[in-house]
Amino acid sequence: MYYYLALAAALFAIGLFGVLTRRNVIGILMSLELMFNAACINFVTFNKYVATDALVGQMFAIFIVVVAAAEAVVGLAIVLLIYRNWRGIGMDNVNVMKW
Amino acid sequence: MQALEPGIVFWILAVVILVSGFLVVTLRNMFHCALCLILCLFAVAGIYVLLEAEFLAAAQVLIYVGAVAILIVFTVMLTSDLASESLIQHNENGTIAFVVCALFAIGVPYLIKNTGVWMPAKGELISDNVGSIGKYLMTDFMLPFELVSVLLLAALIGAIVLARKERS
Repeated sequence: MYYYLALAAALFAIGLFGVLTRRNVIGILMSLELMFNAACINFVTFNKYVATDALVGQMFAIFIVVVAAAEAVVGLAIVLLIYRNWRGIGMDNVNVMKW
Repeated sequence: MQALEPGIVFWILAVVILVSGFLVVTLRNMFHCALCLILCLFAVAGIYVLLEAEFLAAAQVLIYVGAVAILIVFTVMLTSDLASESLIQHNENGTIAFVVCALFAIGVPYLIKNTGVWMPAKGELISDNVGSIGKYLMTDFMLPFELVSVLLLAALIGAIVLARKERS
């Protein structure tokens, strides 16, 4: 169990690194997917080793996958819209909503 | 907390996940990043199979590899002139972000190893994976299930409205 949790923590750290350092919005979205997957691995691991009487962890992981798919759809549509309006998808170009 | 030694398959999958995940966040060509992401998601599906979550592994391959990754590849190709290697893809926070994430990646497993409060399971995991999930979706998780369908519809309509060309 420890190895699975450590793997999930390492994957989450990699995704966090990507979110913090990427300049490209698509890169940030891909790093977010990595972090979602790390959380899912944790849920399924606890389901297997700690709470085996019900499949609640796997249910949660399925819902995470579905919500991540919805998030990716809307996020990428927004990326295309930004690309059309600004001709660029760098995070630092998109600062019109700064106050 | 006891640490059961996992098999060789786990180590292969873990190496694939970590290496491809690292390539996802560091490569300069966004298209190569998307391909590494697909490899990483496949390896995570393998981890689910090891954890006896076969339905979740199938859903991972279908939804993530089949839909989300393809969507990302399409978006990368549609914005191709801005995803090339000639552009700087990383901002100037690299060093401090690396330090923070390295501390996270070392510290959290250390804390997990020194935690002893988790009760080990009494019984075996339910073996009828798909059947149980179907039952849960229709009984205990009825409300989230319906909410997710509404959410997907909203995402569908929202994406169409956002990506539609303005007609003037």
